Amino acid sequence: MSEEVISTDAVIVGAGPCGLFAIFELGLLDIKCHVVDILDRPGGQCAELYPEKPIYDIPALPIVTGSELTHRLLDQAKPFKPEYHFNQMVTELRKLDDGKFELKTDGGIVFHAKVVVIAAGGGSFQPKKPPIPGIDAYEGQSVFYSVKKMEALRGRDILIVGGGDSALDWTLNLQPIANSLTLLHRRDDFRAAPDSVKKMRELVAAGKMQLKLGQVTGLTGDNGVLASAQVKSTDGNFNIAANTMLPFFGLTMKLGPVAEWGLNLHENLVPVDTAKFETSTQGIFAIGDINTYPGKLKLILSGFHEAALMAQEAFHHIHPGERLLFQYTTSSSSLQKKLGVA
Amino acid sequence: MAKITFIQHNGTEQTVDGQAGMTVMETAVKNMVPGIDADCGGACACATCHVYVEPGWLEKTGPRNPMEEDMLDFAFDVRDESRLSCQIKVSDVLDGLRVRVPEKQF
Ligand SMILES: Cc1cc2nc3c(=O)[nH]c(=O)nc-3n(C[C@H](O)[C@H](O)[C@H](O)COP(=O)(O)OP(=O)(O)OC[C@H]3O[C@@H](n4cnc5c(N)ncnc54)[C@H](O)[C@@H]3O)c2cc1C
Ligand code: FES
Repeated sequence: MSEEVISTDAVIVGAGPCGLFAIFELGLLDIKCHVVDILDRPGGQCAELYPEKPIYDIPALPIVTGSELTHRLLDQAKPFKPEYHFNQMVTELRKLDDGKFELKTDGGIVFHAKVVVIAAGGGSFQPKKPPIPGIDAYEGQSVFYSVKKMEALRGRDILIVGGGDSALDWTLNLQPIANSLTLLHRRDDFRAAPDSVKKMRELVAAGKMQLKLGQVTGLTGDNGVLASAQVKSTDGNFNIAANTMLPFFGLTMKLGPVAEWGLNLHENLVPVDTAKFETSTQGIFAIGDINTYPGKLKLILSGFHEAALMAQEAFHHIHPGERLLFQYTTSSSSLQKKLGVA
Repeated sequence: MAKITFIQHNGTEQTVDGQAGMTVMETAVKNMVPGIDADCGGACACATCHVYVEPGWLEKTGPRNPMEEDMLDFAFDVRDESRLSCQIKVSDVLDGLRVRVPEKQF
């Protein structure tokens, strides 16, 4: 793991619509941002759950899809040169003695930031764990929901479960280095990219891997080491011998590490005040779906408003005692300069 | 109006009023039926509103649509009677519908 330490004004946890708009609001106040998200791309729920669905209640945009909104927000934030870190989950957040905050990601990045903005939405998107009895015992040793290091799986007898892009991509990636590889899916139809499906079928035809139809019902093994998976199918039950299983059932939102950062929580949400959107720790803010306060509406437009007010207080936290001039982007030449339009 | 009964894994039953035009998922969420997570709010993008339609009702609920069939790949323990409840529209024909909630969505 790389031990990079990045010093910055603000770290935004979550690149959903609210996190993205926070870059803009902080940027207007000269606060430089790094943005971290566990997904491989920006947009949060808009990108992951409904990229093609129209949204009708964004002020002044009568209709906009989740993915278009994301692109517009990225464009709007661009002048402030935010730095994005995708495929990274912020796992730790703590206050340092000098008043700054230290954040660590599961990919080994360390940030030192003057303020932290938690825009974690409904929580981090995490792989779904199939409720197979006893699966926990194998996790980390034989059962993996994502692949961090391919080499670690070299020479193994691998069972991949699923029919989407992740399942097919990993089938194709791991087949050359596996001792044996079986793809198990509930039907002989795949939602993954047709090209990957074609390649997979060629490998099966060449005898280089197996394709089985069915669903896992149980696992057997010893001490966390998998030996075989029990499978139920329309034409009877059978076992697949494997010492490694990779189930790919899509993503779900789990609050995740946010719960461990010592912040007050209320029903898995972070309570904030409605003037500053600050959490129980000064200098740590929470905006968007993750926060709660009397009257809270989980709407994108609420998160935008929250970002604007949060930025004001973030400025005061970074520059104590300094006066902040209220300005319009329409008429302030200094704001326009920052936006690169003057 | 249609009465819809949700049967939990442990056998407890809850019968609620479904309104024509709403989905079975929305009916469940509105009545706080446990076990219907519906992460994506009915966008057919999460498969956490999975139910098993009780015998005798499958014909009335109709077949799965292709998007739903794809999304069911992301559900656990999919059976012939599996449906995503956000893809079943309530109507008078479904008065008395009985669906089973899986032990866990995920
Ligand atoms: C189907 C559907 C339709 C919707 N329609 C509308 C609508 O019409 N209008 C409307 O206003 N709203 C709508 N919403 C709600 C809207 O999408 C949310 O209010 C909005 O996405 C919240 O934005 P956010 O930035 O707070 O969080 P999110 O969009 O949830 O993004 C949070 C991001 O933070 C990341 N994250 C969390 N924890 C960590 C961590 N520890 N480390 C790294 N990354 C982390 C997550 O991976 C995620 O990408 C809809 C939602 C759904 C599901
Ligand atoms: S609510 Fe998400 S698929 Fe039905």
